[in-house]
Amino acid sequence: MSIEIDRVNKRFRDFVAVDDVSLTFREGELTALLGPSGSGKTTLLRIIAGLEQPDTGRIRFHGEDTTDLHVSKRGVGFVFQHYALFKHMTVFQNVAYGLTVRPRATRPTKDEIKQKVMRLLELVQLDWTAHRYPHQLSGGQRQRIALARALAVEPKVLLLDEPFGALDAKVRAELRRWLRRLHDDIHVTSVFVTHDQEEALEVSDRVVVMNKGRVEQDGSPEEVYDHPANPFVYRFLGNVNLFEARVHQGSAHIGGIALPAPEYADQRNEHGHAYVRPHEIEVFARQEHADALPAKVELVSVVGPAVRLELHTDASDALVHAELPKHRYRALGLSQGSDAWIRPLHSRVFLPDERVLNG
Amino acid sequence: MTLSPAEWEAIRLSLLIGFAAVAWILPPGIAVAWWLARYDFKGKAIVDGLIHLPLVLPPVVVGYLLLIALGRQGVIGSWLYSVFGVSLPFTWQGAAVASGVMAFPLLVRALRLSLEAVDPKLEAAASTLGAGRLRVFATITLPLAIPGLLTGTVLAFARALSEFGATITFASNIPGETRTLPLALYTLIQSAGQEGAAARLCLISIVIALMSLIASEWLARRTRLRLQERDG
Repeated sequence: MSIEIDRVNKRFRDFVAVDDVSLTFREGELTALLGPSGSGKTTLLRIIAGLEQPDTGRIRFHGEDTTDLHVSKRGVGFVFQHYALFKHMTVFQNVAYGLTVRPRATRPTKDEIKQKVMRLLELVQLDWTAHRYPHQLSGGQRQRIALARALAVEPKVLLLDEPFGALDAKVRAELRRWLRRLHDDIHVTSVFVTHDQEEALEVSDRVVVMNKGRVEQDGSPEEVYDHPANPFVYRFLGNVNLFEARVHQGSAHIGGIALPAPEYADQRNEHGHAYVRPHEIEVFARQEHADALPAKVELVSVVGPAVRLELHTDASDALVHAELPKHRYRALGLSQGSDAWIRPLHSRVFLPDERVLNG
Repeated sequence: MTLSPAEWEAIRLSLLIGFAAVAWILPPGIAVAWWLARYDFKGKAIVDGLIHLPLVLPPVVVGYLLLIALGRQGVIGSWLYSVFGVSLPFTWQGAAVASGVMAFPLLVRALRLSLEAVDPKLEAAASTLGAGRLRVFATITLPLAIPGLLTGTVLAFARALSEFGATITFASNIPGETRTLPLALYTLIQSAGQEGAAARLCLISIVIALMSLIASEWLARRTRLRLQERDG
Protein backbone atom coordinates (compact mmCIF):
# COMPACT_ATOMS: atom_id res chain seq x y z
CA MET A 1 0.00 0.00 0.00
CA SER A 2 1.49 3.34 -1.04
CA ILE A 3 1.19 6.45 1.13
CA GLU A 4 0.71 9.86 -0.39
CA ILE A 5 1.26 13.04 1.59
CA ASP A 6 -0.22 15.97 -0.23
CA ARG A 7 0.77 19.49 0.83
CA VAL A 8 0.48 18.84 4.55
CA ASN A 9 0.87 21.68 7.07
CA LYS A 10 0.81 21.53 10.83
CA ARG A 11 1.57 24.14 13.46
CA PHE A 12 1.50 24.03 17.23
CA ARG A 13 0.67 27.61 18.17
CA ASP A 14 3.59 29.60 16.73
CA PHE A 15 5.76 26.60 15.97
CA VAL A 16 5.60 25.32 12.40
CA ALA A 17 6.07 21.57 12.75
CA VAL A 18 5.33 20.52 9.18
CA ASP A 19 5.66 23.08 6.42
CA ASP A 20 3.92 22.24 3.15
CA VAL A 21 5.27 18.72 2.78
CA SER A 22 4.41 16.51 -0.19
CA LEU A 23 5.85 13.01 -0.38
CA THR A 24 4.96 9.60 -1.73
CA PHE A 25 6.03 6.37 -0.06
CA ARG A 26 5.97 3.55 -2.55
CA GLU A 27 4.44 0.15 -1.95
CA GLY A 28 6.69 -2.22 -0.02
CA GLU A 29 9.44 0.34 0.54
CA LEU A 30 11.24 0.94 3.82
CA THR A 31 11.78 4.68 4.16
CA ALA A 32 13.70 6.56 6.82
CA LEU A 33 12.51 10.02 7.86
CA LEU A 34 15.77 11.51 9.01
CA GLY A 35 16.25 14.83 10.76
CA PRO A 36 17.28 16.59 13.95
CA SER A 37 14.80 16.97 16.79
CA GLY A 38 12.17 19.56 15.97
CA SER A 39 12.44 18.88 12.24
CA GLY A 40 8.84 17.69 12.10
CA LYS A 41 9.58 14.07 11.27
CA THR A 42 7.68 12.60 14.20
CA THR A 43 4.75 14.95 13.67
CA LEU A 44 4.58 13.86 10.05
CA LEU A 45 4.59 10.21 11.12
CA ARG A 46 1.81 10.85 13.63
CA ILE A 47 -0.20 12.62 10.95
CA ILE A 48 0.14 9.59 8.66
CA ALA A 49 -1.06 7.40 11.53
CA GLY A 50 -3.97 9.69 12.38
CA LEU A 51 -2.62 10.48 15.85
CA GLU A 52 -2.45 14.14 14.77
CA GLN A 53 -4.66 16.03 12.35
CA PRO A 54 -2.98 18.19 9.71
CA ASP A 55 -4.09 21.85 9.58
CA THR A 56 -4.27 21.60 5.80
CA GLY A 57 -3.38 18.93 3.26
CA ARG A 58 -4.46 15.37 2.63
CA ILE A 59 -3.17 11.88 3.39
CA ARG A 60 -3.98 9.05 1.00
CA PHE A 61 -3.37 5.33 1.37
CA HIS A 62 -3.25 3.72 -2.05
CA GLY A 63 -5.17 6.62 -3.52
CA GLU A 64 -7.87 6.52 -0.86
CA ASP A 65 -8.22 9.66 1.24
CA THR A 66 -7.77 8.75 4.91
CA THR A 67 -7.28 12.26 6.30
CA ASP A 68 -10.58 12.27 8.17
CA LEU A 69 -10.48 8.62 9.17
CA HIS A 70 -10.04 8.00 12.91
CA VAL A 71 -6.73 6.41 13.88
CA SER A 72 -8.48 3.20 14.93
CA LYS A 73 -9.88 2.76 11.41
CA ARG A 74 -6.72 3.44 9.40
CA GLY A 75 -5.11 0.04 9.69
CA VAL A 76 -1.65 1.29 10.56
CA GLY A 77 0.86 -0.46 12.75
CA PHE A 78 2.63 2.04 15.00
CA VAL A 79 5.72 1.32 17.04
CA PHE A 80 6.66 3.88 19.69
CA GLN A 81 10.11 4.84 20.85
CA HIS A 82 9.49 3.71 24.41
CA TYR A 83 7.62 0.59 23.32
CA ALA A 84 4.28 1.65 24.87
CA LEU A 85 3.50 -1.90 25.92
CA PHE A 86 0.40 -2.32 28.07
CA LYS A 87 2.02 -3.01 31.40
CA HIS A 88 -1.10 -4.49 32.99
CA MET A 89 -1.24 -7.20 30.33
CA THR A 90 0.99 -10.17 29.60
CA VAL A 91 3.06 -10.31 26.43
CA PHE A 92 0.42 -12.60 24.93
CA GLN A 93 -2.41 -10.19 25.78
CA ASN A 94 -0.42 -7.28 24.37
CA VAL A 95 0.09 -8.96 21.01
CA ALA A 96 -3.50 -10.23 20.96
CA TYR A 97 -4.95 -6.80 21.81
CA GLY A 98 -5.59 -5.62 18.26
CA LEU A 99 -7.44 -8.84 17.48
CA THR A 100 -9.54 -8.95 20.65
CA VAL A 101 -10.86 -5.40 20.22
CA ARG A 102 -12.28 -6.14 16.78
CA PRO A 103 -16.06 -6.08 16.43
CA ARG A 104 -17.55 -9.54 16.88
CA ALA A 105 -18.23 -10.00 13.17
CA THR A 106 -14.57 -9.82 12.17
CA ARG A 107 -12.99 -11.06 15.38
CA PRO A 108 -11.09 -14.34 15.02
CA THR A 109 -11.96 -17.18 17.41
CA LYS A 110 -9.94 -17.68 20.57
CA ASP A 111 -8.00 -20.52 18.98
CA GLU A 112 -7.22 -18.51 15.88
CA ILE A 113 -6.02 -15.60 17.98
CA LYS A 114 -3.85 -17.93 20.01
CA GLN A 115 -2.27 -19.46 16.92
CA LYS A 116 -1.65 -16.10 15.32
CA VAL A 117 -0.13 -14.57 18.44
CA MET A 118 2.16 -17.54 18.94
CA ARG A 119 3.22 -17.38 15.30
CA LEU A 120 4.12 -13.70 15.67
CA LEU A 121 5.99 -14.35 18.90
CA GLU A 122 8.00 -17.00 17.06
CA LEU A 123 8.66 -14.52 14.28
CA VAL A 124 10.22 -12.12 16.78
CA GLN A 125 11.88 -15.06 18.54
CA LEU A 126 10.17 -14.44 21.85
CA ASP A 127 7.53 -17.20 22.05
CA TRP A 128 8.88 -18.20 25.46
CA THR A 129 7.84 -14.84 26.95
CA ALA A 130 4.09 -15.21 26.23
CA HIS A 131 3.04 -15.30 29.87
CA ARG A 132 5.45 -12.72 31.20
CA TYR A 133 4.72 -9.09 31.87
CA PRO A 134 6.52 -6.34 29.92
CA HIS A 135 8.56 -5.27 32.96
CA GLN A 136 10.20 -8.69 33.00
CA LEU A 137 11.71 -8.13 29.55
CA SER A 138 14.77 -6.21 28.38
CA GLY A 139 14.45 -3.10 26.20
CA GLY A 140 15.28 -4.93 22.99
CA GLN A 141 12.78 -7.67 23.79
CA ARG A 142 10.07 -5.14 24.58
CA GLN A 143 10.61 -3.42 21.27
CA ARG A 144 10.29 -6.73 19.41
CA ILE A 145 7.04 -7.41 21.27
CA ALA A 146 5.81 -3.93 20.32
CA LEU A 147 6.56 -4.80 16.71
CA ALA A 148 4.76 -8.15 16.96
CA ARG A 149 1.76 -6.34 18.46
CA ALA A 150 1.70 -3.87 15.59
CA LEU A 151 1.99 -6.66 13.01
CA ALA A 152 -0.84 -8.70 14.57
CA VAL A 153 -3.49 -6.50 12.98
CA GLU A 154 -1.90 -7.01 9.55
CA PRO A 155 -1.38 -3.28 9.03
CA LYS A 156 -1.40 -1.78 5.58
CA VAL A 157 1.53 0.38 6.60
CA LEU A 158 4.01 0.08 9.42
CA LEU A 159 5.13 3.30 11.14
CA LEU A 160 8.01 3.32 13.59
CA ASP A 161 8.87 6.34 15.74
CA GLU A 162 12.57 6.23 16.69
CA PRO A 163 12.15 2.51 17.27
CA PHE A 164 15.68 1.91 18.52
CA GLY A 165 16.28 5.27 20.20
CA ALA A 166 15.99 4.00 23.75
CA LEU A 167 18.32 1.02 23.33
CA ASP A 168 22.04 0.74 23.88
CA ALA A 169 24.38 0.75 20.89
CA LYS A 170 24.92 -2.97 20.50
CA VAL A 171 21.26 -3.95 20.80
CA ARG A 172 20.37 -1.10 18.47
CA ALA A 173 22.71 -2.34 15.75
CA GLU A 174 21.40 -5.90 16.08
CA LEU A 175 17.79 -4.87 16.07
CA ARG A 176 18.04 -2.66 13.01
CA ARG A 177 19.63 -5.42 10.96
CA TRP A 178 16.89 -7.68 12.19
CA LEU A 179 14.26 -5.12 11.14
CA ARG A 180 15.84 -4.96 7.68
CA ARG A 181 15.62 -8.74 7.29
CA LEU A 182 12.08 -8.78 8.66
CA HIS A 183 11.06 -6.14 6.16
CA ASP A 184 12.59 -8.19 3.34
CA ASP A 185 10.37 -11.08 4.47
CA ILE A 186 7.04 -9.32 4.95
CA HIS A 187 7.36 -6.35 2.60
CA VAL A 188 4.85 -4.06 4.23
CA THR A 189 5.24 -0.37 3.33
CA SER A 190 7.19 1.02 6.27
CA VAL A 191 8.27 4.44 7.42
CA PHE A 192 10.57 4.93 10.36
CA VAL A 193 11.69 8.10 12.05
CA THR A 194 15.25 8.50 13.22
CA HIS A 195 17.80 11.18 14.00
CA ASP A 196 20.65 8.70 13.55
CA GLN A 197 22.09 9.01 10.03
CA GLU A 198 23.94 5.72 10.25
CA GLU A 199 20.72 3.94 11.09
CA ALA A 200 18.88 5.61 8.22
CA LEU A 201 21.61 4.79 5.70
CA GLU A 202 21.98 1.20 6.84
CA VAL A 203 18.38 0.10 7.15
CA SER A 204 16.32 1.93 4.56
CA ASP A 205 15.60 1.73 0.83
CA ARG A 206 15.10 5.42 0.81
CA VAL A 207 15.97 8.39 2.99
CA VAL A 208 13.94 11.56 3.38
CA VAL A 209 15.97 14.25 5.13
CA MET A 210 13.89 16.79 7.02
CA ASN A 211 14.74 20.09 8.63
CA LYS A 212 12.49 22.79 10.12
CA GLY A 213 9.34 21.08 8.89
CA ARG A 214 10.52 20.81 5.29
CA VAL A 215 11.97 18.08 3.13
CA GLU A 216 15.61 18.88 2.35
CA GLN A 217 16.31 15.84 0.22
CA ASP A 218 14.62 12.63 -0.80
CA GLY A 219 16.54 9.78 -2.38
CA SER A 220 18.34 6.46 -1.98
CA PRO A 221 20.83 6.24 0.92
CA GLU A 222 23.68 6.38 -1.56
CA GLU A 223 22.33 9.41 -3.42
CA VAL A 224 21.73 11.30 -0.23
CA TYR A 225 25.16 10.50 1.19
CA ASP A 226 27.20 10.97 -1.98
CA HIS A 227 25.28 13.87 -3.46
CA PRO A 228 23.82 15.97 -0.68
CA ALA A 229 21.46 18.54 -2.11
CA ASN A 230 22.51 21.35 0.20
CA PRO A 231 24.82 22.27 3.07
CA PHE A 232 22.30 21.13 5.67
CA VAL A 233 22.16 17.58 4.30
CA TYR A 234 25.94 17.56 3.94
CA ARG A 235 26.39 18.49 7.54
CA PHE A 236 23.68 16.25 8.88
CA LEU A 237 24.91 13.10 7.15
CA GLY A 238 28.20 12.60 8.88
CA ASN A 239 31.14 14.80 9.74
CA VAL A 240 32.24 17.36 7.26
CA ASN A 241 34.96 20.00 6.92
CA LEU A 242 34.12 23.43 5.72
CA PHE A 243 36.57 25.61 3.79
CA GLU A 244 36.08 29.22 2.81
CA ALA A 245 36.42 29.30 -0.97
CA ARG A 246 36.58 31.80 -3.80
CA VAL A 247 34.56 30.45 -6.69
CA HIS A 248 35.83 31.55 -10.06
CA GLN A 249 35.07 30.12 -13.51
CA GLY A 250 34.55 26.50 -12.55
CA SER A 251 37.13 26.29 -9.75
CA ALA A 252 37.01 26.78 -6.01
CA HIS A 253 40.15 28.36 -4.60
CA ILE A 254 41.04 27.41 -1.06
CA GLY A 255 44.21 28.88 0.35
CA GLY A 256 46.72 28.36 -2.42
CA ILE A 257 45.00 25.49 -4.20
CA ALA A 258 42.17 25.13 -6.69
CA LEU A 259 39.49 22.44 -6.63
CA PRO A 260 37.27 21.68 -9.61
CA ALA A 261 33.72 23.07 -9.31
CA PRO A 262 32.43 22.69 -12.87
CA GLU A 263 28.83 23.53 -11.91
CA TYR A 264 29.98 27.12 -11.31
CA ALA A 265 31.59 27.77 -14.66
CA ASP A 266 29.84 31.15 -14.96
CA GLN A 267 30.62 32.48 -11.49
CA ARG A 268 33.28 35.09 -11.09
CA ASN A 269 35.06 35.75 -7.79
CA GLU A 270 32.15 34.70 -5.67
CA HIS A 271 32.45 33.73 -2.07
CA GLY A 272 31.40 30.14 -1.27
CA HIS A 273 32.00 27.14 0.98
CA ALA A 274 33.67 23.89 0.02
CA TYR A 275 32.53 20.79 1.93
CA VAL A 276 34.91 17.88 2.29
CA ARG A 277 34.34 14.68 4.28
CA PRO A 278 37.14 13.57 6.66
CA HIS A 279 37.86 10.38 4.71
CA GLU A 280 38.16 12.45 1.53
CA ILE A 281 41.15 14.33 2.83
CA GLU A 282 44.52 12.92 1.92
CA VAL A 283 47.33 13.53 4.43
CA PHE A 284 51.04 13.72 3.57
CA ALA A 285 54.12 14.10 5.70
CA ARG A 286 55.98 15.99 2.96
CA GLN A 287 54.83 18.27 0.21
CA GLU A 288 54.33 15.60 -2.45
CA HIS A 289 51.68 17.51 -4.34
CA ALA A 290 51.66 21.02 -5.59
CA ASP A 291 47.99 21.38 -4.64
CA ALA A 292 48.26 20.45 -0.98
CA LEU A 293 47.74 22.80 1.95
CA PRO A 294 50.30 23.14 4.73
CA ALA A 295 48.92 22.09 8.09
CA LYS A 296 49.91 21.10 11.58
CA VAL A 297 48.72 18.01 13.45
CA GLU A 298 46.93 19.17 16.60
CA LEU A 299 45.36 15.96 17.84
CA VAL A 300 45.60 12.27 17.01
CA SER A 301 42.93 9.81 18.13
CA VAL A 302 43.00 6.15 17.29
CA VAL A 303 39.50 4.72 16.95
CA GLY A 304 39.75 0.99 16.37
CA PRO A 305 41.14 0.41 12.88
CA ALA A 306 41.02 4.10 11.93
CA VAL A 307 42.97 7.17 12.97
CA ARG A 308 41.36 10.57 13.22
CA LEU A 309 43.53 13.64 12.91
CA GLU A 310 42.66 17.18 13.76
CA LEU A 311 44.79 19.60 11.81
CA HIS A 312 45.21 23.31 11.80
CA THR A 313 45.47 25.08 8.47
CA ASP A 314 45.23 28.72 7.49
CA ALA A 315 42.61 27.84 4.87
CA SER A 316 39.95 26.97 7.45
CA ASP A 317 38.74 28.74 10.58
CA ALA A 318 37.96 25.49 12.32
CA LEU A 319 40.27 22.51 12.79
CA VAL A 320 40.22 20.18 9.81
CA HIS A 321 39.25 16.58 10.53
CA ALA A 322 40.86 13.84 8.50
CA GLU A 323 40.35 10.12 8.81
CA LEU A 324 42.73 7.47 7.51
CA PRO A 325 43.45 3.77 8.01
CA LYS A 326 45.88 2.94 10.79
CA HIS A 327 48.51 1.38 8.49
CA ARG A 328 48.52 4.51 6.33
CA TYR A 329 48.94 6.69 9.41
CA ARG A 330 51.87 4.53 10.60
CA ALA A 331 53.57 4.75 7.19
CA LEU A 332 53.37 8.55 7.36
CA GLY A 333 55.22 8.67 10.64
CA LEU A 334 53.24 11.68 11.87
CA SER A 335 52.61 12.53 15.49
CA GLN A 336 51.01 15.30 17.49
CA GLY A 337 52.68 18.61 16.63
CA SER A 338 54.13 17.44 13.28
CA ASP A 339 53.89 19.52 10.15
CA ALA A 340 51.81 17.91 7.43
CA TRP A 341 50.17 18.58 4.07
CA ILE A 342 46.53 17.94 3.29
CA ARG A 343 44.74 17.61 -0.01
CA PRO A 344 40.96 17.39 -0.50
CA LEU A 345 40.21 14.53 -2.90
CA HIS A 346 36.63 15.44 -3.46
CA SER A 347 34.61 18.46 -2.52
CA ARG A 348 31.23 19.97 -3.04
CA VAL A 349 30.95 23.75 -3.25
CA PHE A 350 27.88 25.72 -2.22
CA LEU A 351 27.34 29.43 -2.59
CA PRO A 352 25.72 31.13 0.42
CA ASP A 353 22.53 31.94 -1.48
CA GLU A 354 22.38 28.53 -3.18
CA ARG A 355 19.11 27.55 -1.62
CA VAL A 356 17.43 30.70 -2.74
CA LEU A 357 18.71 30.17 -6.29
CA ASN A 358 17.60 26.54 -6.37
CA GLY A 359 14.28 27.13 -4.64
CA MET B 1 -21.11 -6.51 72.93
CA THR B 2 -24.46 -6.96 71.29
CA LEU B 3 -25.94 -4.15 69.28
CA SER B 4 -29.38 -2.71 69.89
CA PRO B 5 -31.92 -2.50 67.04
CA ALA B 6 -31.45 1.28 66.93
CA GLU B 7 -27.70 0.84 66.56
CA TRP B 8 -28.15 -1.75 63.81
CA GLU B 9 -30.51 0.62 62.07
CA ALA B 10 -27.93 3.42 62.17
CA ILE B 11 -25.19 1.12 60.84
CA ARG B 12 -27.46 -0.18 58.09
CA LEU B 13 -28.43 3.34 57.04
CA SER B 14 -24.85 4.59 57.16
CA LEU B 15 -23.62 1.77 54.94
CA LEU B 16 -26.61 2.05 52.60
CA ILE B 17 -26.18 5.80 52.20
CA GLY B 18 -22.40 5.45 51.92
CA PHE B 19 -22.65 2.86 49.16
CA ALA B 20 -25.44 4.72 47.36
CA ALA B 21 -23.46 7.97 47.50
CA VAL B 22 -20.34 6.34 46.04
CA ALA B 23 -22.39 4.52 43.41
CA TRP B 24 -23.98 7.67 42.06
CA ILE B 25 -20.84 9.80 42.06
CA LEU B 26 -18.62 7.18 40.41
CA PRO B 27 -19.78 7.67 36.79
CA PRO B 28 -19.72 11.49 36.82
CA GLY B 29 -16.58 11.41 38.98
CA ILE B 30 -14.72 9.25 36.46
CA ALA B 31 -15.94 11.42 33.57
CA VAL B 32 -14.94 14.70 35.25
CA ALA B 33 -11.56 13.35 36.39
CA TRP B 34 -10.88 12.18 32.84
CA TRP B 35 -11.93 15.52 31.43
CA LEU B 36 -9.67 17.44 33.80
CA ALA B 37 -6.77 15.04 33.35
CA ARG B 38 -6.74 14.93 29.56
CA TYR B 39 -8.08 18.21 28.24
CA ASP B 40 -7.09 21.84 28.51
CA PHE B 41 -9.90 24.29 28.05
CA LYS B 42 -10.83 27.83 28.95
CA GLY B 43 -12.26 28.13 32.44
CA LYS B 44 -10.64 24.91 33.64
CA ALA B 45 -9.61 26.65 36.86
CA ILE B 46 -13.22 27.66 37.49
CA VAL B 47 -14.51 24.13 36.93
CA ASP B 48 -11.76 22.85 39.19
CA GLY B 49 -12.75 25.37 41.86
CA LEU B 50 -16.45 24.50 41.67
CA ILE B 51 -15.68 20.81 42.09
CA HIS B 52 -13.55 21.49 45.14
CA LEU B 53 -16.07 23.87 46.73
CA PRO B 54 -17.63 21.22 49.03
CA LEU B 55 -14.20 20.65 50.59
CA VAL B 56 -13.91 24.23 51.77
CA LEU B 57 -17.52 25.39 52.25
CA PRO B 58 -19.28 24.79 55.54
CA PRO B 59 -21.31 21.60 54.94
CA VAL B 60 -24.43 23.41 56.11
CA VAL B 61 -24.09 25.74 53.15
CA VAL B 62 -23.92 22.81 50.77
CA GLY B 63 -26.99 21.29 52.41
CA TYR B 64 -28.85 24.56 52.14
CA LEU B 65 -27.89 25.00 48.47
CA LEU B 66 -29.11 21.47 47.81
CA LEU B 67 -32.38 22.31 49.50
CA ILE B 68 -32.77 25.36 47.25
CA ALA B 69 -31.94 23.37 44.12
CA LEU B 70 -33.51 20.01 44.86
CA GLY B 71 -36.25 20.89 47.36
CA ARG B 72 -39.80 20.44 46.14
CA GLN B 73 -39.93 24.17 45.32
CA GLY B 74 -36.39 24.13 43.97
CA VAL B 75 -35.37 24.62 40.35
CA ILE B 76 -34.49 20.98 39.70
CA GLY B 77 -36.55 19.59 42.58
CA SER B 78 -39.88 20.88 41.32
CA TRP B 79 -39.16 19.38 37.90
CA LEU B 80 -38.15 16.04 39.46
CA TYR B 81 -41.38 16.03 41.46
CA SER B 82 -43.71 16.96 38.61
CA VAL B 83 -42.13 14.59 36.05
CA PHE B 84 -41.06 11.59 38.17
CA GLY B 85 -42.94 12.20 41.42
CA VAL B 86 -39.57 12.12 43.18
CA SER B 87 -38.86 14.22 46.21
CA LEU B 88 -35.36 13.98 47.67
CA PRO B 89 -35.36 16.02 50.91
CA PHE B 90 -36.01 14.05 54.08
CA THR B 91 -35.33 10.68 52.39
CA TRP B 92 -32.33 8.34 52.58
CA GLN B 93 -31.83 8.93 48.84
CA GLY B 94 -31.58 12.64 49.62
CA ALA B 95 -28.98 11.84 52.27
CA ALA B 96 -27.06 9.87 49.65
CA VAL B 97 -27.19 12.86 47.31
CA ALA B 98 -25.93 15.21 50.02
CA SER B 99 -23.08 12.97 51.18
CA GLY B 100 -22.22 12.17 47.55
CA VAL B 101 -21.80 15.87 46.76
CA MET B 102 -19.54 16.25 49.78
CA ALA B 103 -17.47 13.21 48.79
CA PHE B 104 -17.23 14.09 45.09
CA PRO B 105 -14.05 16.24 45.22
CA LEU B 106 -12.13 13.53 47.09
CA LEU B 107 -12.98 10.97 44.43
CA VAL B 108 -12.13 13.33 41.57
CA ARG B 109 -8.82 14.41 43.09
CA ALA B 110 -7.47 10.91 43.63
CA LEU B 111 -8.70 9.63 40.31
CA ARG B 112 -7.42 12.59 38.36
CA LEU B 113 -3.89 12.16 39.68
CA SER B 114 -3.97 8.52 38.70
CA LEU B 115 -5.36 9.25 35.23
CA GLU B 116 -2.74 11.93 34.63
CA ALA B 117 -0.08 9.34 35.36
CA VAL B 118 -1.33 7.06 32.58
CA ASP B 119 0.99 7.44 29.58
CA PRO B 120 -1.01 8.88 26.64
CA LYS B 121 1.20 6.80 24.36
CA LEU B 122 -0.43 3.64 25.69
CA GLU B 123 -3.81 5.04 24.72
CA ALA B 124 -2.45 6.05 21.32
CA ALA B 125 -1.01 2.56 20.86
CA ALA B 126 -4.38 1.01 21.67
CA SER B 127 -6.17 3.24 19.18
CA THR B 128 -3.72 2.43 16.38
CA LEU B 129 -4.55 -1.22 17.07
CA GLY B 130 -8.18 -0.54 16.25
CA ALA B 131 -9.74 0.26 19.63
CA GLY B 132 -12.33 3.07 19.68
CA ARG B 133 -12.28 5.79 22.31
CA LEU B 134 -14.50 4.03 24.85
CA ARG B 135 -12.71 0.76 24.32
CA VAL B 136 -9.36 2.43 24.96
CA PHE B 137 -10.70 3.96 28.14
CA ALA B 138 -12.19 0.72 29.41
CA THR B 139 -9.27 -1.56 28.54
CA ILE B 140 -6.24 0.68 28.98
CA THR B 141 -6.83 3.93 30.84
CA LEU B 142 -9.13 2.80 33.64
CA PRO B 143 -7.29 -0.45 34.48
CA LEU B 144 -4.06 1.51 34.75
CA ALA B 145 -5.75 4.07 37.00
CA ILE B 146 -7.19 1.43 39.35
CA PRO B 147 -5.02 2.44 42.34
CA GLY B 148 -6.38 5.99 42.14
CA LEU B 149 -9.90 4.72 41.60
CA LEU B 150 -9.65 2.55 44.71
CA THR B 151 -8.15 5.29 46.85
CA GLY B 152 -10.71 7.78 45.62
CA THR B 153 -13.61 5.41 46.18
CA VAL B 154 -12.56 4.54 49.72
CA LEU B 155 -11.95 8.18 50.62
CA ALA B 156 -15.33 9.10 49.17
CA PHE B 157 -17.01 6.23 51.01
CA ALA B 158 -15.43 7.24 54.31
CA ARG B 159 -16.45 10.86 53.69
CA ALA B 160 -20.00 9.79 52.91
CA LEU B 161 -20.19 7.67 56.09
CA SER B 162 -19.06 10.53 58.27
CA GLU B 163 -21.02 13.26 56.49
CA PHE B 164 -23.10 15.26 58.94
CA GLY B 165 -23.80 18.89 58.14
CA ALA B 166 -25.08 18.69 54.59
CA THR B 167 -27.08 15.57 55.37
CA ILE B 168 -28.86 16.97 58.42
CA THR B 169 -29.63 20.21 56.56
CA PHE B 170 -30.91 18.60 53.40
CA ALA B 171 -32.30 15.24 54.59
CA SER B 172 -32.93 15.99 58.26
CA ASN B 173 -32.50 13.53 61.12
CA ILE B 174 -35.28 10.99 60.72
CA PRO B 175 -34.91 7.68 62.60
CA GLY B 176 -34.93 4.73 60.20
CA GLU B 177 -34.68 7.03 57.16
CA THR B 178 -31.77 9.45 57.43
CA ARG B 179 -30.40 8.93 60.94
CA THR B 180 -26.94 7.60 60.12
CA LEU B 181 -24.22 6.91 62.70
CA PRO B 182 -23.03 10.50 63.06
CA LEU B 183 -26.59 11.79 63.29
CA ALA B 184 -27.53 9.12 65.84
CA LEU B 185 -24.43 10.02 67.84
CA TYR B 186 -25.34 13.71 67.68
CA THR B 187 -28.86 12.90 68.89
CA LEU B 188 -27.49 10.92 71.84
CA ILE B 189 -25.13 13.70 72.80
CA GLN B 190 -28.02 16.16 72.79
CA SER B 191 -29.97 14.12 75.36
CA ALA B 192 -28.87 13.73 78.99
CA GLY B 193 -27.57 10.45 80.44
CA GLN B 194 -26.71 8.79 77.15
CA GLU B 195 -22.93 8.91 77.47
CA GLY B 196 -22.61 5.12 77.44
CA ALA B 197 -24.69 4.73 74.28
CA ALA B 198 -22.74 7.57 72.63
CA ALA B 199 -19.46 5.86 73.45
CA ARG B 200 -20.71 2.65 71.85
CA LEU B 201 -21.58 4.49 68.64
CA CYS B 202 -18.17 6.14 68.70
CA LEU B 203 -16.54 2.74 68.90
CA ILE B 204 -18.68 1.38 66.06
CA SER B 205 -17.74 4.34 63.86
CA ILE B 206 -14.07 3.80 64.54
CA VAL B 207 -14.30 0.08 63.73
CA ILE B 208 -16.09 0.68 60.43
CA ALA B 209 -13.62 3.40 59.41
CA LEU B 210 -10.63 1.21 60.24
CA MET B 211 -12.07 -1.75 58.36
CA SER B 212 -12.57 0.26 55.20
CA LEU B 213 -9.07 1.71 55.42
CA ILE B 214 -7.50 -1.71 55.87
CA ALA B 215 -9.55 -3.15 53.01
CA SER B 216 -8.51 -0.33 50.68
CA GLU B 217 -4.87 -0.60 51.66
CA TRP B 218 -4.92 -4.32 50.90
CA LEU B 219 -6.63 -3.83 47.54
CA ALA B 220 -4.33 -0.97 46.59
CA ARG B 221 -1.23 -2.96 47.43
CA ARG B 222 -2.42 -5.90 45.35
CA THR B 223 -3.14 -3.79 42.28
CA ARG B 224 0.01 -1.74 42.70
CA LEU B 225 2.12 -4.88 42.74
CA ARG B 226 0.47 -5.98 39.55
CA LEU B 227 0.95 -2.63 37.83
CA GLN B 228 4.44 -1.95 39.04
CA GLU B 229 6.87 -1.47 36.24
CA ARG B 230 10.59 -1.67 36.60
CA ASP B 231 12.42 0.46 34.14
CA GLY B 232 15.56 -0.50 32.33
